[in-house]
Amino acid sequence: MSERASEKLMPVLTASWADDRSWTLAAYEARGGYAALDTAFAMAPDDVVTLVKDAGLRGRGGAGFPTGMKWSFIPKDSPKPTYLVVNADESEPGTCKDIPLMMASPHTLVEGVIISAYAIGAERAFIYVRGEVLHVVRRLRAAVREAYAAGHLGTDIHGSGYDLELVVHAGAGAYICGEETALLDSLEGRRGQPRLRPPFPAVAGLYASPTVINNAESIATVPSIVAHGAEWFAAMGTEKSNGFGIFSLSGHVRRPGQYEAQLGITLRELIELAGGVREGHELKFWTPGGSSTPLFTAEHLDVPLDFESVAAAGSMLGTRALQIFDDTVCVVRAVLRWTEFYKHESCGKCTPCREGTWWLVQTLAALEKGQGSEADLDLLLDQCDNILGRSFCALGDGATSSITSSIQYFRDEYVAHLTHGGCPFDPAASTAWADSVGRVAGGDSVGRVAGDDSVGRVAGTSASEGRRIETTPGQGGDR
Amino acid sequence: MAIDETTYAELEQIAARYPQARSGLLPMLHLVQSAEGRVTPEGIDACAEILGLTSAEVSGVATFYTMYKRRPVGDYHVGVCTNTLCAVMGGDEIMATLQQHLGIGNDETTEDSPDHPHSVSLEHIECNAACDYAPVVMVNWEFVDNQTPQSAVELVDDLRNGVERHSTRGPRLCTWREAERVLAGFEDDLVDEGPAAGEPSLAGLRIAAQTSREESGRE
Repeated sequence: MSERASEKLMPVLTASWADDRSWTLAAYEARGGYAALDTAFAMAPDDVVTLVKDAGLRGRGGAGFPTGMKWSFIPKDSPKPTYLVVNADESEPGTCKDIPLMMASPHTLVEGVIISAYAIGAERAFIYVRGEVLHVVRRLRAAVREAYAAGHLGTDIHGSGYDLELVVHAGAGAYICGEETALLDSLEGRRGQPRLRPPFPAVAGLYASPTVINNAESIATVPSIVAHGAEWFAAMGTEKSNGFGIFSLSGHVRRPGQYEAQLGITLRELIELAGGVREGHELKFWTPGGSSTPLFTAEHLDVPLDFESVAAAGSMLGTRALQIFDDTVCVVRAVLRWTEFYKHESCGKCTPCREGTWWLVQTLAALEKGQGSEADLDLLLDQCDNILGRSFCALGDGATSSITSSIQYFRDEYVAHLTHGGCPFDPAASTAWADSVGRVAGGDSVGRVAGDDSVGRVAGTSASEGRRIETTPGQGGDR
Repeated sequence: MAIDETTYAELEQIAARYPQARSGLLPMLHLVQSAEGRVTPEGIDACAEILGLTSAEVSGVATFYTMYKRRPVGDYHVGVCTNTLCAVMGGDEIMATLQQHLGIGNDETTEDSPDHPHSVSLEHIECNAACDYAPVVMVNWEFVDNQTPQSAVELVDDLRNGVERHSTRGPRLCTWREAERVLAGFEDDLVDEGPAAGEPSLAGLRIAAQTSREESGRE
């Protein structure tokens, strides 16, 4: 392993995850947890905002907006209360960083909430966590309960005179609620549909009051900045993308998992840390930041994973959700499945997204079966053109990313479906157990959960049975 | 059947957690599912009455979110991730195998029988934020990581037969109705079960720790 790659690792948020009972208050405090609170309370709230600005922390939920600047948009003279809402509705396909964070160290997030709420003058905060992660909800609630009992939440916290109430709120299954204004509608007990902006949430957010909404990882990063200072944070990363973030590698690498590193690390370095691409195969395509970010290929292995460099190369850093697909994977199959997801999750509010994602699925599904003609690729691009930039929120835009980029890089593969009369790939070759046949058990499957041995991992059903059954129009959208 | 007094009081308790009571609607509907086994017309009416909404307004919310079920699900609701990454890693094959093994389709539930005292329902789900553990199966919204067709068949057989099973990085699996109660905001006693993290979550940390050990060894 090159020293350069491992030197870019920077475990801060992940540092405690291997500790015994790391989710408990006792374990968190044993590592100095909640000490940053006193540092923050010794500062004026505006100075905490300035500190986070100076650190250069940018939103970790995908958009990369400067966190401190977002905080500074809160009006000082509002007669209404100010709210802090944490977006922990982690649902972007490929994204899997906030969930393990809240499972292993919920107090990191709670401490971040208290400091951030203090900075913006909020006396009520909410953590909106997706509902489909029961144990994470348990760990969060227990952390909040412990924090109240220890005097980290409630009235006159640490004798500072500052009061804060924090509620953990579980969602109920809707990808769109990760969009900040849809999340607010959902938190108000409504269907989660995005709102027109302006007014922006900083002016009229939750209950039409000034509201800051930040991603869970952004908020969880705040205590470390308060503890170590803005310069410490700003010294890491690249010129305009400061600090560190959790990079989530999944798919066809030997050791998929969470790699917390300085921004600007490359996929080549991350794959090296992850033990390489699956043995005997090569990288084919990958998402830099979840399924809503345009695909990259092997030619992008050395793009620094920071906001600017990824954008310059034609994609988005997004949530650093690096889904790795090797040469066994059919890009058309992958893109069709994502497109079905967007169709299912479209909230129905605007026509380009609601109708457009439906048509995208129709066109792609036919191509995947080898039906249609090459002209359908132009039709697809035209459909994307009618959705991108014309939808109410970023969901519609994101739905087009994998389609346009896959046609850009893999046009021949779409055409091959037409000439082949269907998909030329064998889906069985892509499975997690495909390469374990004949391999020594336990040989190199480091990182897999213990007990999941390779015995019994031989594929049991034929490839054709593996195809999903439910793709007829109308069946997926059950709302 | 009308909502019982205890549940009604708990619904009111949820609404009281928020500056504006309507914010409680999502957790209230989770509690309705826990008490009733699904979102029933009676449950909708109770929420509407407490929040001063019409039943149509509450129904409009309940039908938007996929976790709310209008038909009963099994004691164990099994979700197989078939979004792209998990599908490619074998989720499609797992889903097909389970459908064949259980003799049910997507969004369907097995019948109770003397041989199988517990029912299981099956649903293909979207990305559940555990891609580094693909392919992923959820049981009552607990993680069952790194599954294979064979392990998933054993899992559902055990669940149907009343054999206790644990999440691969969580507690013993409770019933769907018990899970819904936790989502409504009422704690159970399982928070300290299971590890802090599975191995993939620790992948980067392990390498960094080894690197720093090697460095301090050189100094």
